[in-house]
Amino acid sequence: MITLGIETATQVVSVALGGDDGVLGVVEIMQGRRHAEILTPAIEFVCRQARIAVTDIAAIGVDIGPGLFTGMRVGIASAKAMAQALDVALVGISSLDLVAFPLRHTSKVIASVIDARKGEVFYAFYLPSPGGVQRVSEPRAGSIDDFNADVMARGQDVLAVGDGAHRYRDEFDKGTEVADLAHPSAATLVHLARARALRSDVVASDRTSAGLDDVHPLYLRAPDAQINWTTR
Amino acid sequence: MIVDEGTVVLGIETSCDETAASVVMGGSDVLSSVVSTSIEQHVPFGGVVPEIASRAHVELLAPVIAQAIAEAGIADSRIDAVAATIGPGLIGALLVGVAAAKSLALVWDVPFIGVNHLEAHLYAGLLEDPTLGLPLVVLLVSGGHTMLVEMRGHGQYRLLGETIDDAAGEAFDKVARFLGLGYPGGPAIDREAQHGDPTAIAFPRAIPESLDFSFSGLKTSVMNHVRKHPDVVTADVAASFQMAVVDSLVLKARRAAREVGAKGLALGGGVAANSLLRERWQAACDEDGIRAFVPSRAMCTDNAAMIAATGWHRLRSDGPTSLDCGAYPGLRLPLVQS
Ligand SMILES: [Zn+2]
Repeated sequence: MITLGIETATQVVSVALGGDDGVLGVVEIMQGRRHAEILTPAIEFVCRQARIAVTDIAAIGVDIGPGLFTGMRVGIASAKAMAQALDVALVGISSLDLVAFPLRHTSKVIASVIDARKGEVFYAFYLPSPGGVQRVSEPRAGSIDDFNADVMARGQDVLAVGDGAHRYRDEFDKGTEVADLAHPSAATLVHLARARALRSDVVASDRTSAGLDDVHPLYLRAPDAQINWTTR
Repeated sequence: MIVDEGTVVLGIETSCDETAASVVMGGSDVLSSVVSTSIEQHVPFGGVVPEIASRAHVELLAPVIAQAIAEAGIADSRIDAVAATIGPGLIGALLVGVAAAKSLALVWDVPFIGVNHLEAHLYAGLLEDPTLGLPLVVLLVSGGHTMLVEMRGHGQYRLLGETIDDAAGEAFDKVARFLGLGYPGGPAIDREAQHGDPTAIAFPRAIPESLDFSFSGLKTSVMNHVRKHPDVVTADVAASFQMAVVDSLVLKARRAAREVGAKGLALGGGVAANSLLRERWQAACDEDGIRAFVPSRAMCTDNAAMIAATGWHRLRSDGPTSLDCGAYPGLRLPLVQS
């Protein structure tokens, strides 16, 4: 089953294709906030280089955030449209899950920390579990102080990961180590989405049952209610 | 590719609070036009909140597209191109439609066409009434725009006048809010004015010598008048304000049509739903002996039929837009040098 992974929740646009024997191709582009410009050509490129027709894609995984709202929306809108046109299953996976997963072999508590701007981070805690990681707290948005307090409350050393961990590493309390990984990877997304698509049998039979209605952005923050008169 | 009467374009519009999709054949045959709006969610804020609009588009777009294709009664494989608004508009809102449109174009292996929302409004008249002759003068009046444009031919536009401060729709919203009539202000003032006297208060009219518009002075004098006369009848204020706006719109549009020798005068944009403006527009054109175009109510609001129709014309004249296209919130109307 050819699976496409679309990852646009942070500064990096990442696209991957996976098949039955693993990853077939990955493209990662760091170009600031140009997600919409980059994404479709990146999908086209990875398909062409992997010699896969776009119409051979049988499942799509997309990062639903939390992260950059605009980036998330570009990824989710693209993924939904593709799943709709291809009539295939769509699987949404959180960016917090995606950055935690590669650390599944650690013995520590994992803290996924995504930059939320405005001096805040989106975060959740995970424990390694057989074959993956298990989330043990509700994802939330909070200040670095909130994060440090939650780490303290756990009473264990923490391995933090994600672009928020990198940005704020100097403000973390002593027991918090920071792992190298900063951005969710589309290759991980393909791996997790494929497994879920196979497991839950979310194979599309018609447009409304393709999982489209179940995939929503994970904002973790109420909308900024600012009216913009000039660009309306 | 050959773009002809049988070419089917799927249009997508997400520049503000309307989420819309439409299937149009040959640039004028509207097979379906579906519009969903998040306006209810903006009412408590008295204006469109960009982040709320963007969030709504993500939820609404896929079902709106599915419905547009279903109502058109065609198979996906009949769609020859996908057009989407790339600007002007709210950046986060635009990006949702652009991303979806490019993805559909990629999967179906058909051209993507980036459409200028303002140009699409100009095409709305020709879409509903293909017998309108050129040159045509179009008054585009909405919450974001107030412009008088001469349309000489397809893709040939000259800006004759525009607002130097508030857009007409914005003036309606602000005055309605000041009078406590609620949001959106256009329909609220229209309703209130029905039982008011439009000659009760002599609010100032437009800048006399140019084809440009100004509404901020009018808005200020409405506020000053109400503060000075707290007992004034709100319906009279609404009716007098509406009359002042419509007077200046109609006066300048007529003069523009006369100056360029237009065959017709077309109205477009959200404010075109105003009942006094519609009435006066028709009467003015009849008096001047030129064709009047007053859009249907559905065509006044943002819709995707005008996007698909414009996309068809653009595809024919310029070909497809590259898939690395983004969204351009401040996009201007492409003008010819006069
Ligand atoms: Zn508009």
